[in-house]
Amino acid sequence: MTTIDRRTLLKGGTALAAAGMLSGEALLDYARAWAQTSPWKPEKGAKLTVMRWKRFVPAEDEAFMKMVEAFGKANGVEVNVFSESFEDLQPKASVSANTGQGPDIAWGLHSLPQLFPDKVIEMNDVADYLGKKYGGWTSAAEITVKSGNKWLGIPVASIGGYMNYRKSSSEKAGFKEFPKDFPTFLEYCKAMKKNNTPAGFALGHASGDGNAWTHWILWGHGGYLVDKDDKVIINSAETAKALEYAKQLSETFIPGCGSWNDSSNNKAFLSGELHCTNNGISIYVAALGDPTKKEIAEDMDHAYWPVGPVGKPTELQLHVPILAFKYSKNPQAAKAFIAFMLEKPNFDPWLMGAKGYLTHCLNAYDANPVWTEDPKRKVFSQASQRSLPASGIGKPGERAAAAIADFLVVDMFANVCLGREDIKGAISICERQAKRLYRA
Amino acid sequence: MTAATLDRTQAKSPARHATAWERLKVNRDWLGLWFMLPAAGFLIFFLAYPLGLGVWISFTDTRIGRSGTFIGIENYQWLADDSIFWLSVFNTILYTFVASVFKFAIGLYLAILLNENLPFKALLRAAVLIPFIVPTVLSALAFWWIFDSQFSIISWSLRQLGLITQNINFLGDANMARGSVIFANIWRGIPFVAITLLAGLQTVSPSLYEAATIDGATRWQMFRSITFPLLTPIIAVVMTFSVLFTFTDFQLIWAMTRGGPVNATHLMATLSYQRAILSGFLGEGAAISTAMIPFLLAAIMVSWFGLQRRKWQQGESND
Repeated sequence: MTTIDRRTLLKGGTALAAAGMLSGEALLDYARAWAQTSPWKPEKGAKLTVMRWKRFVPAEDEAFMKMVEAFGKANGVEVNVFSESFEDLQPKASVSANTGQGPDIAWGLHSLPQLFPDKVIEMNDVADYLGKKYGGWTSAAEITVKSGNKWLGIPVASIGGYMNYRKSSSEKAGFKEFPKDFPTFLEYCKAMKKNNTPAGFALGHASGDGNAWTHWILWGHGGYLVDKDDKVIINSAETAKALEYAKQLSETFIPGCGSWNDSSNNKAFLSGELHCTNNGISIYVAALGDPTKKEIAEDMDHAYWPVGPVGKPTELQLHVPILAFKYSKNPQAAKAFIAFMLEKPNFDPWLMGAKGYLTHCLNAYDANPVWTEDPKRKVFSQASQRSLPASGIGKPGERAAAAIADFLVVDMFANVCLGREDIKGAISICERQAKRLYRA
Repeated sequence: MTAATLDRTQAKSPARHATAWERLKVNRDWLGLWFMLPAAGFLIFFLAYPLGLGVWISFTDTRIGRSGTFIGIENYQWLADDSIFWLSVFNTILYTFVASVFKFAIGLYLAILLNENLPFKALLRAAVLIPFIVPTVLSALAFWWIFDSQFSIISWSLRQLGLITQNINFLGDANMARGSVIFANIWRGIPFVAITLLAGLQTVSPSLYEAATIDGATRWQMFRSITFPLLTPIIAVVMTFSVLFTFTDFQLIWAMTRGGPVNATHLMATLSYQRAILSGFLGEGAAISTAMIPFLLAAIMVSWFGLQRRKWQQGESND
């Protein structure tokens, strides 16, 4: 081995990692070099505890842990990682924030840092550093973690969901291309039903899939739960139009959508009964991994959500921001760790490992090979770009998160689509619930 | 004061009357109080305190991880005007009532059947217990598959037989979903009722039946005048427990429908969980839980007063 200085290492490391191949040793060398130039110097003998959500893809976890190890060794920081399920993460982080005990860093969902803005370390320097270096942040990601001018956390990634459809049956229904607007999409679903290759979207209490497609239609028509001052404005002509459209759409669905939870459409799609639905990349990954589902994997593809009458994408994607608590004894180490995570030599192989489950929020990662390696993953690269924050045009924060967790919009659509209430009744129930959550 | 007492104890003369302290030391009730303390401590710390805390939280605007301020009955006022809350109350009462009636009827029938001299009696009795042994979440998942909108074994079988052309929408339609979760609850609850009543049946002395047979009583008369009256106390206990379990059921609903479709199967327990833990509004969730207390108390009162009565205890009418 020739002698190498910091500079060549950084260059070499970057090049290697771009191919997603940085080995353990090279990664450690890179981490050492990084530690020398980094603006954040970890405290002596620092210890970090990181709480994260439970992984779906083993390869993503492996890449993450490799990075954790390299960071720890290079900076002399002891990093411990533990994971919690999606549902337990938020309560645990809230309790930590308010008792001042627990992990230093929490990697959570939605607008987690907004729940306790006074208890987190301001990340403006980290956000500026990364934003400048990697082509800027996507707008939805930025809104999700920012309060005024303060970055309360760093948007690590989004978990994208898109249209999953079967190519052969779509072509048979007369659609060479997946529909791009609402009227065409309705025609598409009608044609699919006629051929007995129906579409279907969850109308049960499916926190991911149900919220995603109902918000997409609501926002696509220009309807919102609350305005920018968090005033409830769901009772509008736009909402009524959205519900009318959804009602027509739901008449083309495969029977049983009323009972669907997040995994129901995965099962139905993989069994070949369902030919179009909304989902993350998990259906495709499962089909690839199962030799008996080879035909489905080959025949399926993903598409952007069609754009509604408002003329711009109105997708609801799940953001996963990371934050550091103020009570942490090692704020510099925490900042260094978070910045290190999103550096190219780390983030590139990590995105690769996630196989499309995770989408970057830093624009430069559009060039990551994960999106070109398999063209069927490509649409997922835009998840963060095309997404609105979960709060729509309202303020991101706990009320918006509660409205999603409480299925306000999902139930409003389900009420109409399942014929339990007329449009007016469904809106007024939703309005009443929204006022409950948004009361002063 | 204690020091003074001690001083006096040390300085006592043998002839003097025993002090209050000395008398207390040998007092059996006093000793009993101390023996009771550990149990009382457990009850207070693990039952009374959480219960009291829950009631207190329902009067505050507590969110998860953040203590709230006292807001009086505001949570209850919002609930009083909340159609989803009242729907959950209706669902809970319907669920409890229908499930309990069926569990009692089928459970009693099974108990009487198993009390007969059947071949493979021990094996059959063990088999009846199976639904009770399977962890609730597992059986709930099994039912979730059985009632699946696409892969239901029931729909599939009926379709193969040519009886239906389309899958049955078990969990997607409001009333079908209610029926399905109630069915799952009944299936799960029967063994408890059946086995406990069977135990009760075996305490009934055979000589009573012999005497009745000599008197020429029919089987129905024997059941009506011997079995049933002697079984009443145990029925009271079993059904109280069964009602309590059913009323507070959570796992079955959560695994099968999460309260859907459109809240048609939301019970008070599941709604409370959704609002308190998932949405983070602990105060409101606590208010929903607290609203369950009057119903539960009523069920307990029935059994408590029932157990006090000798008629229920001994099946006689000498109150």
